Amino acid sequence: MRSVNAVKEAFRGAGIEQLVAAKEVVVAVGPGGVGKTTTAAALAATAAQRLDAKVLVLTVDPARRLADALGLRGIGNQATRVCSDAFAAGGVEPKGELYAAMLDMSESWDELVRRHAPDDATARQILANPLYQNVSRRFAQGHDYIAMERLYEIHEEGEYDLVVVDTPPSRNALDLLDAPERMKEFFSSRLLRWLTVPYRSRLVNVAARPFYQVADRVLGSQLLQDLADFFILLQTMQDGFVARADAVSHLLRDVRTTFLVVTTLEATPGREAGEMIAALAERRLHLGLLVCNRVLPRTLTDPSAARAADAMARFSEELAASLADGLSVEREPVEEGVVRLVLEEVAQSFGNLRQVATREAELLHELSEGHEVTATVPYQPGNVSDLAALLKMGASIWGGGGAETGPEQSRPPR
Amino acid sequence: MTDLLSRRLLFVTGKGGVGKTTVAAAFGLLAAGQGRRTLVCEVEPKGDLAAAYECGSTPFTGRRVNPALSAMSMDTEAALREYLRLIAGVPVVGRVGPVATAFDFVATAAPGIREILTIGKLCYEVRARHYDLVVVDASSTGHVVGQLAAPTGINELVRVGRIRNQTRWMLEILSDPRPTGAVIVTTPEEMPVAEALDLSERIRAETSVNLACVIANRVLPELFGHREEAVFEALDTASRSRAIAEGTRSRAGDVGAVLSAARLAVTIRRDGAQHLDRLRDGIDPSVPLLYLPYLFGRAHGMRAIRQVAHALGEEL
Ligand SMILES: Nc1ncnc2c1ncn2[C@@H]1O[C@H](COP(=O)(O)OP(=O)(O)OP(=O)(O)O)[C@@H](O)[C@H]1O
Ligand SMILES: Nc1ncnc2c1ncn2[C@@H]1O[C@H](COP(=O)(O)OP(=O)(O)O)[C@@H](O)[C@H]1O
Ligand SMILES: [Mg+2]
Ligand SMILES: [Mg+2]
Repeated sequence: MRSVNAVKEAFRGAGIEQLVAAKEVVVAVGPGGVGKTTTAAALAATAAQRLDAKVLVLTVDPARRLADALGLRGIGNQATRVCSDAFAAGGVEPKGELYAAMLDMSESWDELVRRHAPDDATARQILANPLYQNVSRRFAQGHDYIAMERLYEIHEEGEYDLVVVDTPPSRNALDLLDAPERMKEFFSSRLLRWLTVPYRSRLVNVAARPFYQVADRVLGSQLLQDLADFFILLQTMQDGFVARADAVSHLLRDVRTTFLVVTTLEATPGREAGEMIAALAERRLHLGLLVCNRVLPRTLTDPSAARAADAMARFSEELAASLADGLSVEREPVEEGVVRLVLEEVAQSFGNLRQVATREAELLHELSEGHEVTATVPYQPGNVSDLAALLKMGASIWGGGGAETGPEQSRPPR
Repeated sequence: MTDLLSRRLLFVTGKGGVGKTTVAAAFGLLAAGQGRRTLVCEVEPKGDLAAAYECGSTPFTGRRVNPALSAMSMDTEAALREYLRLIAGVPVVGRVGPVATAFDFVATAAPGIREILTIGKLCYEVRARHYDLVVVDASSTGHVVGQLAAPTGINELVRVGRIRNQTRWMLEILSDPRPTGAVIVTTPEEMPVAEALDLSERIRAETSVNLACVIANRVLPELFGHREEAVFEALDTASRSRAIAEGTRSRAGDVGAVLSAARLAVTIRRDGAQHLDRLRDGIDPSVPLLYLPYLFGRAHGMRAIRQVAHALGEEL
């Protein structure tokens, strides 16, 4: 296995452009609701804008307006080109091409079954089984696996120079990374063997006997029979699934793959992101980029700005007297009292946001303590819902040229 | 509105991270403060409830937070054991061993098994009258509907077996709006509001549980009234901010930072207000909508829960 540190070393200072240009797969991970989907889309759009490359973003559950912006409404696993008009509307001529696809969980499962089932008849039987419907929709670890499996599939086909994958919100940071292994474990588990022993001969198995007795009593034998039937069908796919899970697992470890951790700098997501970063390191997976999204401006933590805010509150009376002089709003002269109130409210609001920004700064420091390349993305007014907004967001991730709000890329010394 | 705390079983749900645990913990504190024996149960045992109450841990068997308040975490395996012991009459715990290890996979495949155990345990606590109020820090959107609908669903799947016999009394509790209600928590943001609307519709269509109220959490205070905002805009110009800098003996850049922070606060609040409008328009007008303020100080631990409980008390 390659040395992760050596690779990191090579990328230090190289910036995001080189990172993205050198990789074929970027996997966006992170807690739910932090902007993972948006960030993945922003990164892909910006890559397509700046690199002469065919870029695909594979999204999970995009917000409605984002789906519209990418032309994804009503489309399943099919990839569609985001037409260059949309770039032109943002005043941009892309060097490359942007494609987008949505991850449709049940469609992906169905495809997988069709691929691995020994024959069409078995495939049809599995697809029609009510228990299958249930497992494929609700097995959360299954969703994680599907995201990785689709990625593998697309990468194998080799259509794109860069694939950015979004991932489903998962309850546990590790689930996604371990999903291929779990899938293998599942197929070799003792339970699966027990459940697939033909019903009548079950009582022969001594170890399993209490299991059946209790299960019979609680679940009823009909359900147990249904389960057995289902698992027998599943087992026909074992070899295909196991080999595939291995291949998927390899792709995640491949040098051409990198991970993008997205988080906000709030307590809970921040903690989960920290766990995610540690989990990546533990598994020796390559963390290429940490994006902290919806971050408050750094000026909020400036002590001199805080002093200015304090002074505005302290001298509000004097200030108001001079500011109100000759000031009129909506054709009415402004009373001193209102100006004073506004000054005090401004100062108070600064104090409130400053508290939040200070915590954000602490968390940012903690999270970027390793040697990850860190980018911060400011809050975007009115949500990120068109290509122009995505590109703007991408510009702050990229750093350097074009980001209005001042990108902050920090590479703390090791 | 006062009837909210006089119910006996409240499911607090909403999108991930919106503040379900915070709100559920606050409900618990509020009810216990009124002398009602209250149990708060975290369905997805992440330890957030224990962190909220600063009580170390919240085991399945319950932890006393104060004399009237207990907290627990759901553990479907433990619930299965309890069920087997109390109801199905399987006395030897050791025998359950193989079930426990295998349980995960079966429960995943067989729809409703995990859900019915969760709901069953909660309804059991209500029925056994161990508590006056059970507040459930329920699963987020995707799962909660399945949980609430489990007793109905299980009837269709399990034709015989003991579980089926248990569903009738659960349904009686769940579908009666006097004791039971769902509380949807959301925040003034795009996706949480979209999910809240979706969830309220699904609860109505797919479950028998009454929607007791919707709570918008983390609502930013309104910074300016209309007139004040106009005045702020008039101040937020180069010449006036220079005057402010002179009057406060600050650098112009620092005053600029203070003013732009206020502008950001106004923007975030305005974005949020649009989402709240969508929320208000989308939910049934007979369902009360409550607002809880954004807490700028650290928003976890007992101190924060007390603040939220206080705000909740005012809204009720
Ligand atoms: N009114 C509030 N003001 C500020 N922060 C808040 C407020 N309510 C909750 N929070 C913070 O938001 C975060 C998420 O809250 P909480 O854990 O209660 O959400 P949840 O819905 O239970 O999340 P999950 O879906 O992960 O269980 C916590 O860090 C909490 O401290
Ligand atoms: N930098 C940002 N500023 C403002 N809103 C943002 C930003 N990033 C994301 N959002 C909004 O946050 C919401 C959640 O984003 P999404 O990407 O769907 O999150 P996730 O995939 O992590 O659940 C969306 O409404 C999106 O428009
Ligand atoms: Mg997403
Ligand atoms: Mg919670």
